Amino acid sequence: MSEPTSPEVDVNNAHTPVVPHPTDEAGIDVAVQAALVAFAAASNLDELKSARLAHTGEKSPLSLANREIGRLDKSEKAVAGKLMGASRGRVNKALAARTVVLEEEDAARILLEETVDVTAAPRRRRAGARHPLSTLQDRVSDIFVGMGWEIADGPEIESEWFNFDALNFAPDHPAREMQDTFFIDPVDSHLLLRTHTSPVQVRSMLERELPIYVLCPGRVYRTDELDATHTPVFHQFEGLAIDKNLTMADLRGTLEHFARQMFGDDASIRLRPNFFPFTEPSAELDIWHAGAKGGPRWIEWGGCGMVNPNVLRAAGIDPEEYSGFAFGMGIERTLMFRNEVPDMHDMIEGDIRFSEHFGMEI
Amino acid sequence: MRIPLSWLREYAQVPAEASAEDVMAELVKVGLEEEDVHRPSDSISGPIVVGQVLSLVKEEQTNGKTINWCQVRVVPEGATQNLTNEGIDPSGVQGIICGAHNFVEGDKVVVTLPGAVLPGDFRITPRKTYGHISAGMIASARELGLGEDHDGIIVLSNLGLDPEVGTDAMELLGLYDQAAEINVTPDRSYAFSIRGVAREYAHATNTPFTDPASLVTVDTATAPGHQVTLADAAGIYGKAGCDRFITRKVTNVNAALPTPPWMASRLNLAGMRSISLIVDISNYVMLELGQPLHFYDADQLTGGITVRRATEGETLTTLDAKVRKLHVEDLLITDESGAIGIAGVMGGSATEVSGTTTNVLIEAAHFEAISIARSRRRHKLPSEASKRYERGVDWQVADKAAQRAVDLLVQLAGGTATTEITDAGTAPEPTVINLPADFASALIGIDYTAEQVTWALTEIGAELEAIADGYSVTAPSWRPDLTTKQDLVEEIARLVGYHLIPSTLPTAPPGRGFSRVQGQRRRVVAALADSGLTEVLSYPFVTAVQNNTFGAPVAGEVKAVKLNNPMSSEFGFMRTSMLPGLLGIARRNHGRGFRDLALYEAGLVFLPGDTLGTATIPPVGIKPSEAELEALYGGLPHQPMHIAAVLSGNDSPVAAAHTPRVYDWADALDTALLVADVLGVEVVTSQGAHQAFHPGRTAALALRDGTHLGYAGELHPKLLAELDLPARTVAMEINVDELFEAAADVIVAKEISTFPISTQDVALVVDQSVVASDVLETLREGAGELLEDIALFDVYTGTGIEDGKKSLAFGLRFRATDRTLTADEASEARAAAVALAAERFAAVQR
Repeated sequence: MSEPTSPEVDVNNAHTPVVPHPTDEAGIDVAVQAALVAFAAASNLDELKSARLAHTGEKSPLSLANREIGRLDKSEKAVAGKLMGASRGRVNKALAARTVVLEEEDAARILLEETVDVTAAPRRRRAGARHPLSTLQDRVSDIFVGMGWEIADGPEIESEWFNFDALNFAPDHPAREMQDTFFIDPVDSHLLLRTHTSPVQVRSMLERELPIYVLCPGRVYRTDELDATHTPVFHQFEGLAIDKNLTMADLRGTLEHFARQMFGDDASIRLRPNFFPFTEPSAELDIWHAGAKGGPRWIEWGGCGMVNPNVLRAAGIDPEEYSGFAFGMGIERTLMFRNEVPDMHDMIEGDIRFSEHFGMEI
Repeated sequence: MRIPLSWLREYAQVPAEASAEDVMAELVKVGLEEEDVHRPSDSISGPIVVGQVLSLVKEEQTNGKTINWCQVRVVPEGATQNLTNEGIDPSGVQGIICGAHNFVEGDKVVVTLPGAVLPGDFRITPRKTYGHISAGMIASARELGLGEDHDGIIVLSNLGLDPEVGTDAMELLGLYDQAAEINVTPDRSYAFSIRGVAREYAHATNTPFTDPASLVTVDTATAPGHQVTLADAAGIYGKAGCDRFITRKVTNVNAALPTPPWMASRLNLAGMRSISLIVDISNYVMLELGQPLHFYDADQLTGGITVRRATEGETLTTLDAKVRKLHVEDLLITDESGAIGIAGVMGGSATEVSGTTTNVLIEAAHFEAISIARSRRRHKLPSEASKRYERGVDWQVADKAAQRAVDLLVQLAGGTATTEITDAGTAPEPTVINLPADFASALIGIDYTAEQVTWALTEIGAELEAIADGYSVTAPSWRPDLTTKQDLVEEIARLVGYHLIPSTLPTAPPGRGFSRVQGQRRRVVAALADSGLTEVLSYPFVTAVQNNTFGAPVAGEVKAVKLNNPMSSEFGFMRTSMLPGLLGIARRNHGRGFRDLALYEAGLVFLPGDTLGTATIPPVGIKPSEAELEALYGGLPHQPMHIAAVLSGNDSPVAAAHTPRVYDWADALDTALLVADVLGVEVVTSQGAHQAFHPGRTAALALRDGTHLGYAGELHPKLLAELDLPARTVAMEINVDELFEAAADVIVAKEISTFPISTQDVALVVDQSVVASDVLETLREGAGELLEDIALFDVYTGTGIEDGKKSLAFGLRFRATDRTLTADEASEARAAAVALAAERFAAVQR
């Protein structure tokens, strides 16, 4: 700092300050009081600086008085030194205190001046989103992995054998037509778009070691025209357990546990007799939908049953030694009633509003 | 299958007040799925009564039409009219205008009185028309929802009826009846009959069941009937095509007689149109007993009947007047004139019954299911008969059904029964299944008692014999679906009740969690959403043009999987690229007003190899050999997972105090690289060329070993214009399966040096044709191991730079792992880097 060059000092120099004698207790006190008053009166840091220069600068009465000490007698020196030291201490302390106050006020003022309208904030980052069908598929998989199951997947273009014959659909049986199938050209290549994820179950039985507990989620195809509740391309998850002594009660217990994970502790399920070539006995699975529009009711959720011995044989598993259960549900259908999606079109059209509403959650 | 309740009540104890819904609720318990309710009275309400036409005055109108001004008595003579609706004449005689001309004075007709409502919410009110007040309507069958017949109004005498005037016509015509429609699964052929459903209803409610077949007494043959030869002992899979063929003859039938309303009403409710009395009788018996019948005009037959396979080149004109080319596998009914029917599928037109038929030959046959199924599919002729045959018909019921038809033809059509009866064929061996005593309990998890097992199996019609450790069970003849002990367990479980099955949770062995690839897939799909893109899912069906444009870098025919039966012939191929679907979705969103788009999709593409499928497939119930499995696996097209993204417009919404950035080619590339970064895989970028992309703004992406991954950049402006997408839309598509495989199983940690950094910049002037990444890689190589990081921070052309050249500015960060670098060391490394770049690209330091 090069204070002597500042103009205020010159102003102070213009009039001759009254310099009290360094032992003049009253005179010194006047100068001290003048300094304290000036500091207190300073309303900002600039005024405080002026007051500081006027009252503690080289030409200030206290500084000049202090300079006199050297010329005093030894006896007076001690008195003057003590007086001047205490006086200048009081002044400096007051200055420091006032500086802190004014600096804080100044900082607060600047922050106030920087105020913005937060409600006018821009969104600079685009929020991404998952498709709810894919999020729901993950969620289902997580539940089963949590139960110690593994996830299996497979190709979407399949051999007819994996899709039908291995699952005990006899070549000419009407059951083969229950699932309207997309065939690959030429038809004698015996390839098709899988109509369910069950071929993955067959692959699992052929490729994995027993016992098997797998969940097979994925995309499947049937020649249904797109409407509010159908789409030719949709998603399923199917479960398969093969172990010794598995019963239909185990199937029920597994489905009940899963239903509670998906829909809450008060979820309940119902099994009704049904027919599938790949299970015997077979059942239709209903879930109680307490929050359904139009009142609580049972909703058809999927199919299940005890694995047909012919399916086990197709995979080289001895049905006299092992038994198993299987189940399958539609992901679209689950999303429709779990998340109240009214129309299938919303799921397949790719309108970004549909995915973005769900974000990363389901 | 639709079940009229009045019909069901004949054989099962359905409470009088039960609705179709109530009946379905019971049937659901035993496994028949509810489908729909058919209740005419939901759309029709009275007063609808029998009226008699007292007078009929023909009045010619100016428009050339003649209408009838009728006085119709609607209460019995002398009785009081109790109805008080507006327009009801207290005299009991209504004045009605009628446009039909098929009736005369004295006829009894159906009158819909004011206040009545007909299907389509057609409300009957008195109205002024043709100069009269017409207070009601004389109804036709169609107006009452009873069929398509609108040739005239219903004249009750034509239906063989002479009810009292004022009788409730809705009751008379069966309009208060209702039907429960159930979905019958392919295994339960017997449920395609009132007989079968009545039995199930009895199971569900534990009430008595009367078997309609047991009510029929089959006449004893007095002589052989029509000559029948079964000439197909070993047909498909070596099975006889026909193992029972019964003929019965009814003479002097009056084919012109009407179908009684009760029968017409039941057929109508069951979903079959009433056609003529004779045809109706055949359908009625089929619905009741499940046995399809065929009626021949006996006088049109030529000699004896032979059941055989078709010969090459044989044809038949079927009932629908179409000439069918027959296949050698088709099972035929023939006489000496040739084919007269495709067995169990459709009869021939030459021998069909008609309005002039007087002698009817009834066929009640039992055909082999697969044979019928194949013929039905081959000729695309689904029928009520084929539906039943291909699921399996009760061998034992054929003679009862034939007799029932004889009885109805005698009773309703005035025919005379004959007792010359043919019953050719032999009964199949019944199916006998051994059921271990504890098997049902072991499979279901309920401790079934011996009584429950015996009860359930007896209830469904099986015969039980106790053997050591269990039962020998003979399946009922109408249950061809029961062949294994598991089938019997289902019967026990469903009759005792599925609701009693307890709940136990099995413990899976210790799992291994998600596989490595499953985890990677999740990682990348989540990462793209995390970075601001929106996931969509598109159909994988594309056009040939789309595959040819996006599926290969240069124009030409792209090998793709073709669908045999696509939803639309245009979109007849499976995608070889994700972009067509994604761009379609981009355009849809754009069309809906969303200009700023960042979309992505992960999915399979389908790349056929040299072999497509297998010529044959292994049979049901046997594990294929290793070689067969190998062939099945090998015949599948390659189906790798691709991830694609499309970006268009701004990277963020326009807002106050914010200028968004417009997406450009680098964003597409960045998105692709992000996927690789997330997996920790190094990807090499080079100038790319792809017909769908801008020739100068496309990057090809590859693994370090050269494996091609895909492209990223700006789409070709011409293509964007064709697709009606905004200019400068950018995209990327990469094969992520390759990335998954390239990812390290274990990532080895890198040493983190805490010594100070030494940074140096260098600007190099090179030819325009030199790509930045090559220079960068060269500098990295030349600088050696002291170089920690290098980045391109500026590309400059213009003042001070010769034409055809560009200046690339790089920031180099040097650091040693064991010491603080001196300025000289860093400068030396930098100089070495520059020297190598100078050598390779004639780069000159600026």
